[in-house]
Amino acid sequence: MSATNLLTISYSPHQFGSESVQKIMYRVLIAMVPAFAVSLIFFGLGALAVTSIAVVSCMSFEYLINRFMFKAGSTLWNGSAAVTGVLLAFNVPSNLPVWMIIIGSLVAIGIAKMSFGGLGKNPFNPALVGRVFLLISFPVQMTSWPKAIESRFAYLDAATGATPLAILKEGIKNGQPLSDLMKEVPGYAQMFLGNMGGSLGEISALALIIGGLYLILKKVITWHIPGSILATVVMFTGILWMIDPGKYADPLFHLLAGGIMLGAIFMATDMVTSPMTPVGQIIFGAGIGLITCLIRIFGSYPEGVSFAILIMNAFVPLIDKYVKPKRFGEELKNG
Amino acid sequence: MKTFPKGGVHPPENKKASGSAIEVLPLPKSVRIHLSQHLGAPAEPIVAKGDMVKAGQLIAKSTGFISANIHSPVSGIVQKIEPAPDSSGYKRPAIFIDVQGDEWMETIDRSPNLIKFPDLNSEEIITRIGRMGIVGLGGATFPSHVKITVPKGKKAEILIINGVECEPYLTSDHRLMLEKGEEILVGTQLLMKALRVNKAVIGIESNKPDAISHLSTLCARYPDIRVETLQVKYPQGGEKQLIKAITGREVPSGRLPIDVGAVVHNVGTAFAVYEAITKNKPLFERIVTVTGKSMERTANYLVRIGTPVTELIEATGGMPEDTGKVINGGPMMGQALPLLDVPVTKGTSGIVLMPVTESNRRTTMNCIRCSRCNSVCAMGLEPYFLMSLGEAKRWDDMEQARVMDCMECGSCSYTCPSGRPLLDYIRLGKNSVNRLIRSRSK
Repeated sequence: MSATNLLTISYSPHQFGSESVQKIMYRVLIAMVPAFAVSLIFFGLGALAVTSIAVVSCMSFEYLINRFMFKAGSTLWNGSAAVTGVLLAFNVPSNLPVWMIIIGSLVAIGIAKMSFGGLGKNPFNPALVGRVFLLISFPVQMTSWPKAIESRFAYLDAATGATPLAILKEGIKNGQPLSDLMKEVPGYAQMFLGNMGGSLGEISALALIIGGLYLILKKVITWHIPGSILATVVMFTGILWMIDPGKYADPLFHLLAGGIMLGAIFMATDMVTSPMTPVGQIIFGAGIGLITCLIRIFGSYPEGVSFAILIMNAFVPLIDKYVKPKRFGEELKNG
Repeated sequence: MKTFPKGGVHPPENKKASGSAIEVLPLPKSVRIHLSQHLGAPAEPIVAKGDMVKAGQLIAKSTGFISANIHSPVSGIVQKIEPAPDSSGYKRPAIFIDVQGDEWMETIDRSPNLIKFPDLNSEEIITRIGRMGIVGLGGATFPSHVKITVPKGKKAEILIINGVECEPYLTSDHRLMLEKGEEILVGTQLLMKALRVNKAVIGIESNKPDAISHLSTLCARYPDIRVETLQVKYPQGGEKQLIKAITGREVPSGRLPIDVGAVVHNVGTAFAVYEAITKNKPLFERIVTVTGKSMERTANYLVRIGTPVTELIEATGGMPEDTGKVINGGPMMGQALPLLDVPVTKGTSGIVLMPVTESNRRTTMNCIRCSRCNSVCAMGLEPYFLMSLGEAKRWDDMEQARVMDCMECGSCSYTCPSGRPLLDYIRLGKNSVNRLIRSRSK
């Protein structure tokens, strides 16, 4: 025998697929490129600043906590901290002060992720926990939205305006008729492209859908969660719209406004915090769609996607406990 | 093209040896025959040290219903009977024979003539198969006569011949189908007769078009047998998956194929049945693929049982420098050999040499709940969940979660992006649940 190596002994299988956590995370990052590009076009400098700060601080916190608290090997390059950073940035206005972004990153990585044991162990979506923490702590800064295009070369001093959802909420509260309010919001084509106020990554439905299709194509996500969220939103808002079109906005408006696309495609589909079975995922998505609509239409906040996802995150263990995949040989077929 | 509906993976095929015709491996100097080379009770030796034996002579007798006879693969002198390491590395009793010449039992017909329709009834065929020590050659080594004995109250409706060979690297069944096609069909007919069924289907994956066309042509003369081309997907060769793919029937959890009227045998077994019935030849040799990524030459050998694995590797050009693991069987379900002087057994379908770069497990990370293990599980289990139950030693809950349905195909561990040892914990669970079940029945 000429071989000099010692033989390895292990149980089967002896061969492995090429899939890795790193590859999955990098695919998510690639899928976010179109939405980021759109945010650069509409919010320019602010988008670049906020995203870089969020990514750098999320990765730094991940490194520091791993190194000094877990005393474990680095998980920095598996890409999950970078994904959290980009998603956090996507969920805040492009004029958010630096220190708030850093606090948001600390909450996202430190509290929502690492305190549960790191990647895979967190019950709630880290980026959303960071965002909701900021929204509740700094409601003014978190709801002052830079105007698209106008504020391209400004960061903190950007001119601000309201988002379409906020225009509607305020207006309806003040008793203005819906038809007048709809004239104040941008046209649907503009909203589809992303020319409206909002968090920096949520504005362009087009860019987000491109990213989503890439993720589905690369088998990172399946259609179940985004599909069921969007379908529920269309059904719920559609029913109300048909009952009273003078009072409730149409389903298309609800699909294009606010963070529903970002939430459905990138936030709710986070593997760690969503159910394991297709049926469970549809239940999860339907719950998110329903809660989002309830908050948007009857709640006090103009937008409710983040709350909806976080609330449904809490139901994931329950869904996984009761929704099981169909077992082979469960029923006698043709037998 | 048919396939099983749920789960499955597509590992790279690497069937390098598919073009190498079957070669007869020269006889070794000595052979070692383990008394337990089939599923069930070990056989009991009926020879003693110093006895002269001939090839094909019975040397160890079956000791129960689920057990199998063992015949000497060579002629020579019994040197000793003592425990020696088998492919698991544990010492198990074995008969050592020093090879002298190559004298076969006079009863064996060594002519290559094809004998088509032996006049035997069902019982005679079953008895003969049992006597000839035939076991499932696909790897599970379940005694074949038990499988064709239909229990009272059950009825076999279809015989399925497994020519899927879904394991990467392995090509022994492929070569056998190409070179011994007609013999396999006669063997199939004999099995049909034993089972009293009038329908047989040979399942072959579409990556073996030559075998499909060869057997389909031959089938023209055997109207009861047809070839079914199957879509390439691992683990199609799993008994339950193959039945589902071909008949659409699902074997219920915890039950046997016969409960849905199906019986599955490997093509190798069909060939062994042909030889046993028409040529009176017991099972003492089989086809073994020797292959590996870094091997310059690959081969399919006709090998006597008991031949040391080292001889097979030497005959194929020796171990490549970069060998890091030697697998008995295929890379998905095979066993990593701890020693290389262990013998070929009835269940050895191949010897695969893995380069050192592919020999080690990957680093294990946290589960990211990507659900890939769920979606590849052909049995519809939840490997991630079973593993977490296994880590917590919750055997009762594992039983509830149907851990016993697992056939250990390894698709979950194969596909996990976090490199988690899912199947290791599932195996641990299966062993522990088995213990629980046994203690309950006491």
